[in-house]
Amino acid sequence: MLHTVNKSPFEKNSLVSCLEHAADGSAILLIEDGVYGALNGSAVADKVKSVMGKSTIYALGPDLDARGIADKIMDGIKVVDYAGFVDLACENDKVQAWL
Amino acid sequence: MKFTIQVNEGPYQHQSSDTAYQFAKAALEKGHEIFRVFFYHDGVNNATRLTTPPQDDRNVVNRWSELAKEHNLDLVVCVAAAQRRGIADKDEAQRNGKDADNLADGFRISGLGQLIEGGIQSDRLVVFGD
Repeated sequence: MLHTVNKSPFEKNSLVSCLEHAADGSAILLIEDGVYGALNGSAVADKVKSVMGKSTIYALGPDLDARGIADKIMDGIKVVDYAGFVDLACENDKVQAWL
Repeated sequence: MKFTIQVNEGPYQHQSSDTAYQFAKAALEKGHEIFRVFFYHDGVNNATRLTTPPQDDRNVVNRWSELAKEHNLDLVVCVAAAQRRGIADKDEAQRNGKDADNLADGFRISGLGQLIEGGIQSDRLVVFGD
């Protein structure tokens, strides 16, 4: 399943909820303010890292660029564009938005 | 692959209307089909043709209308959410005794059944919003 998270982890706990509920083998895509969850060294960074071996974490490149944080994200997070977002939606059988 | 897209957020609010548009565009460019775009909750505000952003800003409403025209998209606005927020086509305005209508080109007003049908008929339902 593809999970999308669109809110900053410093505004809402939807990222943490998603990380705690996503089954192993999930794809988790950070979009909009959700890309702040990809930041290196943040309060939620360890939580995000702990899921990396089990699920794959993606971040939407244009949204990282819009916030000027493309070079400040954790190793292991895969950056995709909108076409990559569409591919993820196709590769996974369901899309769950954590609003 | 066939997609239905649900938009729950108004234009110029946060970013979800933009993300939904960019996703729809990318999907169409890849040759996928958009079965329907369903505007729900504050998302119905994407459908008012009275929107007048500054000239150097994107026009979110026109952008949807143009994409719909180009790709023959079905843009559906939830009737109950629209009535609450003052979004009406000619028929709805007349039915409710209003002196004006404001539904933008390419949109139509219908019910929640259209969302359910979109979920059933499409391979993926992708939700954007708050």
